[in-house]
Amino acid sequence: MTTATVAHRRLGRYAYVGFCACAFVFLVAPILVIVPLSFNAEPYFTFTEGMLRLDADAWSLRWYRSIVEDEQWGRALINSLVIGIAATLLATTLGTVAALGLANPAMPGRRAAMGILISPMITPVIIVAVGVFFFYSNLGLAQTHVGLILAHAALGAPFVVITVTATLAGFDRTLMRAAASLGAGALTRFRRVQLPLIAPGVFSGGLFAFAASFDEVVVVLLMGGLDQRTIPRQMWAGIREQISPTILAVATLLIVFAVLVLFTVEWLRRRSSEAAV
Amino acid sequence: MPAIKEARSSRLRAAGLTLPLIAFIAVTFIAPLGNLLTRSVYDAEVADILPETLAALAKWDGSGTPSEATFATMASELLRARDERTLGRAATRINRIQSGLRSVIVKTPRRLGRDVGTEPPNGGTWQDALLAIDEDWGETATWLAIREAGQRFTARHFLNAVDLETRADGSSGAMPETRRIYVPLYLRTLWVSIGVTLLCLVIGYPIAHAIVHAGPRWSTTLLVLVLVPFWTSLLVRTTAWIVLLQNQGVVNDILVALGIVADDERIAMIYNMTGTFVAMTHVLLPFMVLPLYSVMRSIPARHMDAAASLGATPMQAFRRVYWPQTLPGVGAGALLVFILAIGYYITPALVGGQSGQLISNMIAYHMQTSLNWGLAAALAAILLLAVIGLYVLYDRVVGIDRMRLG
Repeated sequence: MTTATVAHRRLGRYAYVGFCACAFVFLVAPILVIVPLSFNAEPYFTFTEGMLRLDADAWSLRWYRSIVEDEQWGRALINSLVIGIAATLLATTLGTVAALGLANPAMPGRRAAMGILISPMITPVIIVAVGVFFFYSNLGLAQTHVGLILAHAALGAPFVVITVTATLAGFDRTLMRAAASLGAGALTRFRRVQLPLIAPGVFSGGLFAFAASFDEVVVVLLMGGLDQRTIPRQMWAGIREQISPTILAVATLLIVFAVLVLFTVEWLRRRSSEAAV
Repeated sequence: MPAIKEARSSRLRAAGLTLPLIAFIAVTFIAPLGNLLTRSVYDAEVADILPETLAALAKWDGSGTPSEATFATMASELLRARDERTLGRAATRINRIQSGLRSVIVKTPRRLGRDVGTEPPNGGTWQDALLAIDEDWGETATWLAIREAGQRFTARHFLNAVDLETRADGSSGAMPETRRIYVPLYLRTLWVSIGVTLLCLVIGYPIAHAIVHAGPRWSTTLLVLVLVPFWTSLLVRTTAWIVLLQNQGVVNDILVALGIVADDERIAMIYNMTGTFVAMTHVLLPFMVLPLYSVMRSIPARHMDAAASLGATPMQAFRRVYWPQTLPGVGAGALLVFILAIGYYITPALVGGQSGQLISNMIAYHMQTSLNWGLAAALAAILLLAVIGLYVLYDRVVGIDRMRLG
């Protein structure tokens, strides 16, 4: 190998590493910028000189205080939790049961069924929101919690179906036969053998469904009323009207929440892959 | 034959388990979409508000003005619609066929007054009475527009959604250049989606490659750097780009501080197409990286070693050995990003400004502001058909059951 090609390759390597570094910066920079700015003592969206000097007076918790003091955010949190948890329970129950059927090799029309069950995840949310708004208005469900719970459950169910089907792919079916030979009925087999083993997959599917509901704003925007203002809806209003650093404080809390969810899901994944082995 | 019986009961059980969710999705999701499709071609509002007038107009030959009897029916139905407070809805719909008619229709019953009976006022004819209120009642076009608006089934919204118009003689043709809005908007949505997909591929490919080949210590850290944005709320990430890119934002501040840009010439990087591009690429990037990552992870390292030992340069080995093996991941990621991109709403709405709006934003506009729900439904139906087409393609190329999360 000539020195020229060695130099050439080293240059290529540097270019590759440099490009990757930039790409990763692009990925995380927005998130890294929001966190420190949420502690700004001034109502600006940029680093003040004091902040850069690490002057203690330039940093403050005032925007976090204003979240706690503003009862709108409290109400939004309650709405988000009520709608999110109810939708998650519905989606997880129906999704897990459906995944059990889909994982069965005998399932007729498997591909078509899967296509229907996954479709809410792929359909543009604005279309879902428009359709749901018309349809639920006719049923008197627009501007109610029930309407939003049903819509969010439909949007979250595909996540449960996908994760639980994936977990079931690694499930050893001979265990069920062994339980049956020991005299366990179908329900006992499911409850005592299968469910504990696929529980991590069910739980992470549920987390996906909850996150989908907790982050959903378009359906809420079209169909929700004043009483159904959720956290994302409140943020939307904040960004559209007068963007105050309170938004950044809320955003930081949501980032912390995202990191917690991420680590929980990864932990569950590890557990379920250990269980599959 | 117990084996056959058992196989059948197993099939029934599997189908029975999926049935509850299929039924749930059918009611909460597919029925609303069906309803939406219906609305794009069906609207009975005007037909229900002015039934007798429309029945009379159905017999009219479409030239000159209708008979005195039709004028009388029109007047009485307008008065009734005013009392039932449905007049505005009918007026809005007729106005969409021919603009300017809204005010004519709303003011007519008002001018006729409260205490007008079944006889025309001032002893004249109803035709005189209406013409005295507005000369438009003497125009053939006015009556044609009312007749058109009274159609329960109409292709008007779909024609409108692809920038075609129905002329008074019933034929249809392209709208004048200046009034074509939707086709250019669909094309813009298409170009933005293709652009964002390519950007995601160009940025995401090296990212996925780096995660797989960075060695055990770095690999997990780098994967977390992709997963944190993936899990972070869409609104949070969009807010972050506003903070970074706005005029008084972090990036402009840095550029000014470094002396690259003068303080009064800060670059407009947001509330335009650039904002839409940057923020959408960032939001959709994980959907490209994750499928690529799972495909690259399964490519044995010895393939590249073998290529090198056979004398291939790294570039040749990449092009002839590595890249072809990653194509399933490229296809999966690209299709997923593209499908998500063409329906994008939130990010363009918040950071797109005027020039960065996409078709979804137009649908929302007709839903919330112009209240032209039939047109919104038609625009949505066209978008929906495109997405279903892509979804079927995704199923053929990748397989829906191979979709993985995170």
